[in-house]
Amino acid sequence: MDSAAEAVIEFRDVSYRLPDGRPILRNLNLEAHRAEILVLLGRSGSGKTTALKLVNRLLELSDGEIRVEGRSAREWDVIQLRRHIGYVIQEIGLFPHFTVERNIGLVPAIENWPKERIARRVEELTKLVGLDSDVGSRYPHQLSGGQRQRVGVARALAADPPILLMDEPFGALDPLTRSDLQREFLALQRKLGKTVLFVTHDLHEALLLGTRIALLEEGRLVSLSSPAEFLRSPDPLVSKYVEAFGVPNGTRSLQDQLKRGHL
Amino acid sequence: MIFWNFVEQNRLEIAGLTLEHLWMVGISIVLAVAVGIPLGILITRKPALQRPVIAGANIIQTIPSLALFGFLLPAPWIGDRAGRLAVLALTLYALLPLIRNTYAGIKGVDHAVVEAARGMGLTDWQLLFKVELPLAASVILAGVRVAVVISVGLATIAAAIGAGGLGELIFRGLAMVNNNVILAGAIPAALMALAADTLLGWLEKRLAPQRAA
Repeated sequence: MDSAAEAVIEFRDVSYRLPDGRPILRNLNLEAHRAEILVLLGRSGSGKTTALKLVNRLLELSDGEIRVEGRSAREWDVIQLRRHIGYVIQEIGLFPHFTVERNIGLVPAIENWPKERIARRVEELTKLVGLDSDVGSRYPHQLSGGQRQRVGVARALAADPPILLMDEPFGALDPLTRSDLQREFLALQRKLGKTVLFVTHDLHEALLLGTRIALLEEGRLVSLSSPAEFLRSPDPLVSKYVEAFGVPNGTRSLQDQLKRGHL
Repeated sequence: MIFWNFVEQNRLEIAGLTLEHLWMVGISIVLAVAVGIPLGILITRKPALQRPVIAGANIIQTIPSLALFGFLLPAPWIGDRAGRLAVLALTLYALLPLIRNTYAGIKGVDHAVVEAARGMGLTDWQLLFKVELPLAASVILAGVRVAVVISVGLATIAAAIGAGGLGELIFRGLAMVNNNVILAGAIPAALMALAADTLLGWLEKRLAPQRAA
C-alpha cells in the first residue's frame, strides 16, 4: 500500500440506527488517510457527528465495521482507543473546576506521566496553540471564546494522539476569531501531520481546511473529492450546496491566498 | 427569668440531652450519606433503577414519623434499644434528599463536559471522581443540609419511644404543662438546626463550581 494513502480510519459498510430503528447512517464506506484532513460536510441531521462518535465509540455502530490503524474499533480497549484519539467539540467541554493547566494536562496525568513531564508538555502545548503562558493558572470561565477553544485543541493534543476528531470546533466563534483559528489550525496541522476527521456544515471551512471533502446527506455519502473538484462537481446535491453558500469565488481566492501564504 | 432559672438549675441535664441529640443526628446522617450518595450515583448509571429507588425513598418520607418509630419497635435487634431504632428511622428519613440531590447534581453536570471527558478516555470511575462528583458537590451538600435540618427536628420525636435527646424535655414539658421545660428542649434544638444550616450553607457556597462567563 502506498504510504501516502495509508488508511488510518476506515468505515466499512457502516450503518447506525437509533434504538427506535430510525437510520442515521447507511452503508458508509470511507477512508481517512494518514496526515490528511478529511472533512465530513453536511447539513444538520446528515449523520456527520454520528460518524465521528462511532470512531471513538461514544456510540456503537449497528452494522459494518470501523477500523482504526488497521484494527477493528471493537477489538480496541475502548479507553486505549479514546486516549489514542484527540477529541474536540464545539461546546469544548472544558472542566470548569480545573485551571487551564490541569485541563490540558489531564490525560497525561491519568496516564501517570511524571509531574515535570506534564508541566513541560503543558507549556509546550500552550505555546503551540498560541496562548499566553499566564493563561495556565486561570479557570475556563475567565477566558474568551477563542482562548477556550485553543485550550480545547491543546487538551486534545496533550498525549500526542496520531488521530484527531473535530466536531465543528470553530462553529461557535465570531467570524474573525474563527478565521484566525482556522489558519492557525492549518499551520499547526502542517507541523504535526495528524490524521484529522473534521465535521462541519460550513462549506467555506470545508474548502479551506479539507484535504478531501466527504459530503453526507441523510446518512449516505454523496460525494468524496478534493476541494477543487468539489466546486466543479456536476452532482446536483453538491452544486446545491455550493449555491447555497453563494458565489464561491471568495473562497477560492481565500484558498489561493492561503496557499501563497503558507506554501 | 423563671426560664433562665430553670436552665441554670438543669444545665447539666440539658447539656447531656443536647449531646445525645447531636449524637443521634450525627450517626444517622453519616449512615444516610453512606447509603444515599452511592444509591444516588447508582441510579445515574442504571436508569431502570431510578424510578423504584426514588419512589421508595419518597414513600418512606410520607410515613408519619411517630408511626415509623412505632413500626420499627418490634423489629429484632433494632427494637432492642430505643437509640438504635431512632437512628435507623432518622437515617431512613434523611435518604430522600441525599439520593435525590446526588442524582440531580450528577445529571446536572454540563453534557459537553461529560462528553469531552468520555471522549478523552476517562474511565467511568475517573469520570465520577474527577469530574462529576466535584461538579455536583454543592448540590449534594445542599441535600445533606436539608437532611440535617430535617433530622434535628425529627429527632425530638425519638423521645416518644424513649431514645432520649432534647425531645425528652419537650415531652416532659407537655405533660407538665410547663412552657419553660418545653423551651429548654426546643430552643437548643432550633439553635442546632440553625447552626448546622449556616455551616453547611457556607460550605455549599465554597464548593459551588466556577460559573461559565
